[in-house]
Amino acid sequence: MGTYILQIFNGISVSSILMLAALGLAITFGLMKVINMAHGEFIMIGAYVTYLVQNLFIHLDKSLFGLYFVLAIPASFVVAAFIGFVLEGTVIRHLYNRPLDSILATWGVSLVLQQLARSIFGAPNVDVKSPGWLEGGLVLHQGLQLPYKRLFIIALVITCILGMFVLLYKSKTGRRIRAVMQNREMAESMGINTRRVDAYTFAIGSGLAGIAGCALTLLGSIGSTLGTNYIVDTFMVVVLGGVGKLIGTVAGGLFIGTANTTLEFYTNTSLAKVLVFLLIITFLQWRPKGLFNISSRSLDE
Amino acid sequence: MILCSMFDARSLENSKEKLVFSVIILGLVLAPLFLSDFRINLLGKFIAYAILAIGLDLIWGFTGILSLGHGVFFGLGAYCMAMYLKLEAANGKLPDFMSWSGLEGLPWFWKPFSNSIFALVMAILVPSILAFFIGFLTFKNRIRGVYFSILSQALAIIFVTLFIGQQAYTGGTNGLTNYKSILGSALSNGSTKLVLYYISIGILVLVYVFCSVLVKRRLGRILVAIRDGENRVRFSGYNPTTYKIFVYCLSAGIAGLAGAIFVPQVGIISPAEMGIVPSIEMIIWVAIGGRGTLIGAVIGAILVNALKSGISESFPDVWSYFIGLAFIFIVLFMPNGIVGLAKKITRKVSKQALHTNH
Repeated sequence: MGTYILQIFNGISVSSILMLAALGLAITFGLMKVINMAHGEFIMIGAYVTYLVQNLFIHLDKSLFGLYFVLAIPASFVVAAFIGFVLEGTVIRHLYNRPLDSILATWGVSLVLQQLARSIFGAPNVDVKSPGWLEGGLVLHQGLQLPYKRLFIIALVITCILGMFVLLYKSKTGRRIRAVMQNREMAESMGINTRRVDAYTFAIGSGLAGIAGCALTLLGSIGSTLGTNYIVDTFMVVVLGGVGKLIGTVAGGLFIGTANTTLEFYTNTSLAKVLVFLLIITFLQWRPKGLFNISSRSLDE
Repeated sequence: MILCSMFDARSLENSKEKLVFSVIILGLVLAPLFLSDFRINLLGKFIAYAILAIGLDLIWGFTGILSLGHGVFFGLGAYCMAMYLKLEAANGKLPDFMSWSGLEGLPWFWKPFSNSIFALVMAILVPSILAFFIGFLTFKNRIRGVYFSILSQALAIIFVTLFIGQQAYTGGTNGLTNYKSILGSALSNGSTKLVLYYISIGILVLVYVFCSVLVKRRLGRILVAIRDGENRVRFSGYNPTTYKIFVYCLSAGIAGLAGAIFVPQVGIISPAEMGIVPSIEMIIWVAIGGRGTLIGAVIGAILVNALKSGISESFPDVWSYFIGLAFIFIVLFMPNGIVGLAKKITRKVSKQALHTNH
């Protein structure tokens, strides 16, 4: 019984990170028809920002070390969002409605960012020491312990998703984003500055990836290829869940995360990956556009 | 009249392409007179890549399907050939890595690969069959564009994990290496190497001629039409799915053939050759050379790899920046690559010549 609960918990924990990483991706793809292959590198940026904040606290004031993580979350969001904003203004904006080309150009961006990280921080992985209050775990009963770190990540992801929900569905900004997503020309003629909507949506999406990177530092050491390990799974979440709806990302992340951990439990890592891929292909036979998508009458979408 | 001159321009471009290709082939044929054995070996590897690039160009440049998993097809072809080479090296005994992994006897699917013809046929067939299944399951449901690209990329990661995981059957991370001979002649022998090099040039010519005939026929026009407006093709009474599956299988088969040529010359195939990174690097060869022209694929593959071995030998860090920036630059400013640029320049020059004549 205990092992099953632990399995489900692990599944949810893995899913939550996938959701957080996929959230920004799904929104930017829905909005701009741009696939951002460098999304994984924003995860890496978030992780390295966390590393820097930690080092800052070690050098300045050790007594406040426990607090560094609280500061690292907004810091990684802001830095990743800023770099995202710059990237959007320089590269991405030339790629609207050229999704295939956007894959290639952003892959180039990701190579450059990875090499930059290697040049700045060195090739070997670095470790981030998690704050003391996240050590240990919640003991349910003998031999069954839910680590605080993973619980914290789940809570963080839920907060982010709720935040995105409020932003997308309850605010003026969100209304604009959704309007552009549904019909760009119409939104433009209604007086929405679509360029600005694109720019800050992309920045928010990148920032969310930064938070995901911050969360990942709790689970292991970080290196320049941190993002690459997650990017394919993240894209699969988007394909499975559908584009442009929060609920799709949540459902897709939940499915892939739990399916991965469950199948790994019964078979092994490599076989589990194959099985999940087959499941997704089979599922797409039934719903080629993913679980949830914005219905449109446009033919070429 | 206008139509006439258009056809003239097209045939002129065709003859120019043929000329450039002949020059490249002539250069490759004569290269052993000037270059060291090591360089020729590298060049043989680039030729294998050029063959693959032609197949990739068929599907991406002509049909507009971006496959980010072509490393898998290349790898499968290479593994088929490597199995034959490994069995010949083992000389009737169990290949070394199998006995390390505790296998007692040769697995059933390894047995027929002791026949070289069978291995070569399988190197083309296995990737094609896989492509058929993937293509059937995706294109039939009109999964296309980026969705297909993402699925094809997932294919790459899956095959890498699968091949690493099944160490007893595939050699795991190390892959298959330590071959001794091919059809009885030692691979370390200089003359064997030279023969292999010329065989790969021959295959490059064959594949190039075959594909250029193919794209000039009606099939080629339909492929281009699918790229430019799939729905219109469908409304005109064609079924794009059939064509897409066909071109995907063909492209995968060519990639497998390239893999089979790659292995005996390079002497190793490992999962690292079929992962996401090599798969996407293959795209940049075609992009730099010029998508939608077969000659562009050949030029791109040879040029980028020559640059890569040149630069990364001395400055490995610079290579990452270079290839990354090349990706961005080519996509943003030179979508038709080197060949596109050359065409633009010649057109401008000939226009100017026309003006001065008047």
